Amino acid sequence: MSALPVLHERGQREVFCGLTGIMWLHRKIQDAFFLIVGSRTCAHLMQSAAGVMIFAEPRFATAIIEDRDLAGLADSNEELDRVVSDLVARRPEIKTLFLVGSCPSEVIKLDLGRAAARLSQRLNAVRVLAYSGSGIETTFTEGEDACLEALVPEMPTLATKTRPSLLVVGALPDVVEDQFARMFSALGIEDVGFLPARSVDALPPVGPDTRYLLAQPFLGRTAHALEERGARHLPATFPFGVEGTTSWLRAAADAFGVRSGRFDEVVGPPAKRATRAIAHYAELLEGKRVFFFPDSQLEIPIARFLTREMGVQLIEVGAPYIHRDHMARELALLPRDVTLSEGQDVERQLDRCRAAAPDIAVCGLGLANPLEVEGITTKWSIELVFTPLHGYEQAGDLAELFARPLNRRSRLEV
Amino acid sequence: MKLTVWTYEGPPHIGAMRVAASMDGLHYVLHAPQGDTYADLLFTMIERRKSRPPVTYTTFQARDLGTDTAELFKTTARDAYERFTPEAMIVGASCTAELLQDDPGGITKAIGLPIPVIPLELPAYQKKENWGAAETLYRLVRTFASAPVERTPIAGRRSTCNILGPTSLGFRNRDDLVEIERLLERIGVDVNVVAPLGARPSDLARLGHADFNVVLYPEVAETAARWLSKTFDQPLVTTVPIGVGATRDFVREVAEIAGVDAASILDDESSRLPWYSRSIDSTYLTGKRVFVFGDATHALAAARVATEELGFTLVGLGTYSRERAREVRAAANEYGLEALITDDHLAVESAVDALQPELVLGTQMERHIAKRLSIPCAVISSPVHVQDFPARYSPQMGFEGSNVIFDTWVHPLMMGLEEHLLGMFREDFEFADGAGASHLASEQAPVAASRSLAWTADAEKELKKIPFFVRGKARRNTESFAKDQHLSEITVETLYEAKAHFSR
Repeated sequence: MSALPVLHERGQREVFCGLTGIMWLHRKIQDAFFLIVGSRTCAHLMQSAAGVMIFAEPRFATAIIEDRDLAGLADSNEELDRVVSDLVARRPEIKTLFLVGSCPSEVIKLDLGRAAARLSQRLNAVRVLAYSGSGIETTFTEGEDACLEALVPEMPTLATKTRPSLLVVGALPDVVEDQFARMFSALGIEDVGFLPARSVDALPPVGPDTRYLLAQPFLGRTAHALEERGARHLPATFPFGVEGTTSWLRAAADAFGVRSGRFDEVVGPPAKRATRAIAHYAELLEGKRVFFFPDSQLEIPIARFLTREMGVQLIEVGAPYIHRDHMARELALLPRDVTLSEGQDVERQLDRCRAAAPDIAVCGLGLANPLEVEGITTKWSIELVFTPLHGYEQAGDLAELFARPLNRRSRLEV
Repeated sequence: MKLTVWTYEGPPHIGAMRVAASMDGLHYVLHAPQGDTYADLLFTMIERRKSRPPVTYTTFQARDLGTDTAELFKTTARDAYERFTPEAMIVGASCTAELLQDDPGGITKAIGLPIPVIPLELPAYQKKENWGAAETLYRLVRTFASAPVERTPIAGRRSTCNILGPTSLGFRNRDDLVEIERLLERIGVDVNVVAPLGARPSDLARLGHADFNVVLYPEVAETAARWLSKTFDQPLVTTVPIGVGATRDFVREVAEIAGVDAASILDDESSRLPWYSRSIDSTYLTGKRVFVFGDATHALAAARVATEELGFTLVGLGTYSRERAREVRAAANEYGLEALITDDHLAVESAVDALQPELVLGTQMERHIAKRLSIPCAVISSPVHVQDFPARYSPQMGFEGSNVIFDTWVHPLMMGLEEHLLGMFREDFEFADGAGASHLASEQAPVAASRSLAWTADAEKELKKIPFFVRGKARRNTESFAKDQHLSEITVETLYEAKAHFSR
């Protein structure tokens, strides 16, 4: 079967940059602080995208580059060292500090990797790492990819053993992580690590005996770094919906020699439960036409779930980037008549969306209200990132996420 | 470099965007990397604007940096013109593009678009959002309002004015404008142009026809207004009509310029604030200690209303508007205070914490600070939040605005009788100590255990008899008193010594 054609787009992108990954990464990695080295725009983005200033003093901040740094009146590296010293003095509980590169720090070629090495030496109680979340290099979830890539060299080396160990890669909400851990344990896979770990001090080991499953579809660079350390990928669909989750778990079960009887025994009840949970929403979503604007790279796996388990008709599935290898099994499950688009020219895509008049457009925060005004029901794509949706127990929530806007539309009489 | 967690203002191009989004027929082409489009959601989500703001971004990427980002700007500007066919265009760079030095103004000029193109120089590493808005409005006004105008004397005709300053995403600007237009109508003054909100570039050409200018929001409008005043000999009305007193002053100021008698309006001012404030239930407001922080306009107005119209005691006054620091310092001086001029919310937090006011009037930032410190708070200024765009009519300006202010500031406080009743029933076993008034959130911050000072059991018991909503302050005051007196133990006696010491 030939690959689906892809419409490559280039133009204005209505997508966040990689800095926004800090929103969930700083909640997940609880002993880490994220210091963006950037501009006022970066700081403004962080508080606007978060929508609210929830935490009086969160575990992220911005070192704002000022005129004197650019004019050479101040040595940027000295300035950075000073800011970091102040920060560490103020927040002594910080164990790991990420210096996060931004568009301006990249353009002025501030070498944060070098700064991290220097600061790590100077502050012996704090591990300082660096990655770039800049918009010129990363799109939204690729910020997590860059962060995890920076963590891979910090992972201890896995001792050579007779049996392989499993690594699950991609930040998951704790509740989902715990569900998967219980599931693997029930399957008899005891040696399971998660990247990122809840604390940088507790990073799982990695080595040639590591087999890893990707829990998120946007981790190309992290996967590459893991391969460099000898780990091997277990190709699978992503764990969304019943089908995706089963195939994902089966990839691990097969690699770890789990008997098929045991697999069915362990996976059967939650899979059945998930099937019941989504059935109710399938009635509402069956035959509905859905249009995806690019956002998080979760679009393809979720579109696959919607079309195969909910009977949704896909019009266009846009993704900021399509990793051909990691996406291969997903793409094979998509219907042949879907338009796949990669990249974005938002004006032209809006034209296509209006012309198609979908029942639901999945789009970013900036586009949703204007589309609603035009009579197109929308779903915020950011919810796909912020809501626990992986695995069997969340399959119903995933379906409900798409059913809710339709449900709401049908209720309103105003 | 400056360490920042939250910011009161965005970068200056956000200010330009607010001006562009306020107007019709104006398009902004912004040289910016991917990610800067987050700004769209400020308008479509916070303000629930029904269309995307009229902004096109170049979205350059790392791979473009080696090639030709200027070419990308050229194509983007041309495409944006063809798609949106605006009356005029503003062009500029966000922080990252500023470093590329591609000269968006020069590039756009070279394409030769058949419309006016106004280049904006907004230094992103020096200036901030309000400055960016003011500069953009000024540039636009200078471009379009340059034709000389002959005006007839006002005597014998209705006078006209421009209203300057209301913008998209401005704090309650939408409703303030309605209120002020109604007020001007009652005074008998016609509105010539409102800018930037709702104006087209071609409307700006008519600015010179008005007899005078009303500067509603100096942060945005002052630069443009001063230029208009100089160029067209238009007097400025600079009283910001927030609160009853300031609204009366505003009416008098306008009436004088317009040559009309304002007495009938002042006799029938339709504000309930003066009576509500004099009514007996409000006596409990007397001397409540308030802390005020916001943009300069709203902070100054709030200080006046708080002291003159609600009988509060001002314990702190500050602003993040550095451009207007002088005025705020002078005002603070009059209140016997030293102004807090800062854009560091942590400095504001420590000031609030140290002063322990009974009410904080601030921005969304102070709302969070106050919540953390369990101090009642009302929001009076930008930066805005989705809650600052209520569905109902809710101005801050004019006589109706003063009604809104009375309600929103008094509501977070303990009501008069309720305060007594809480004290009376405090010891009842059904009454959960620490439960607040029913209309307030019940969350109370745990009182931090004292580090170096020991409270005797009796003193601790006595402290519990103090109503919970002032207990934190009492504990703090007692401890600081004990520390000053070099006491190592706090007894019931110390508690009352401290009370006497701090009572004013």
